[in-house]
Amino acid sequence: MTVIIETMIILFLLLGVFLTLVAAFGVIRLPDVYTRNHAASKSATLGVMFILLSCFLYFYLIEGHFSSRVLLGIAFIFITAPVGGHLISRAAYHSGVKLWGKSVRDDLKNKK
Amino acid sequence: MAFQILLNFFLAFLWMFLQVSFDLKTFVIGYLLGLILIYGMRRFFKTDLYIRRVWAVIYLTLLFFKELIMANIDVLKVILKPKLDIQPGIFALPTELKSDWEITLLANLITLTPGTLVIDVSDDQKTLYVHAIDVPDVQDAINSIKESFEKAIMEVSRPC
Repeated sequence: MTVIIETMIILFLLLGVFLTLVAAFGVIRLPDVYTRNHAASKSATLGVMFILLSCFLYFYLIEGHFSSRVLLGIAFIFITAPVGGHLISRAAYHSGVKLWGKSVRDDLKNKK
Repeated sequence: MAFQILLNFFLAFLWMFLQVSFDLKTFVIGYLLGLILIYGMRRFFKTDLYIRRVWAVIYLTLLFFKELIMANIDVLKVILKPKLDIQPGIFALPTELKSDWEITLLANLITLTPGTLVIDVSDDQKTLYVHAIDVPDVQDAINSIKESFEKAIMEVSRPC
């Protein structure tokens, strides 16, 4: 039983670390603010959530300590991360940051 | 809806007083009995039974998590592909949702959907401007996903 639990915790932790790493790669590799924001706001969210989840499972199942703060942390990150991503890209657009050269369409430009 | 929940709590407490035992078990039994009672009396309420709305909220939460995982797999593929052949772009998406919190929820859902990110909401709140990481092959699929999201949110806000 402990083996299964430990494997699960390790798996979640590694998955979270991997996703965070991929988010960092994405920020380096993708061409402009908006596409980078895709990587940062999605992969990093799920990565941190997985790390927190494995932390919660470790303390609950192995140490026997139920930490509700970690669960609250997961919920808060889940709610606030997409809003953060939206606000950054919105601020970028309104201060005139150009899209990548190969972008195919821009409906927001002829809005006004 | 809130009235029905309050009524259900009231019936549960009534059950506890009738039983003269004040513990969780009696409360739960009273709550379930009250639920059956409210279900029996459903034609006297103006709104729908609140359980349906609770179910819609649970469904929406599960949808959120599913989309988050799908989005990550999608972004993973884009980032780890050796050749960078994405075609990003911004497209307008008309929405029928009215109140502020519905639009906020929709925007959050879209941001966590594979390959899309909300950039702006128009001033009249009828259009969302969405940045897609790969326009040609997602456009149609995304529109259909939006339909299902909008439906799920409407199910929560105004069940009929």
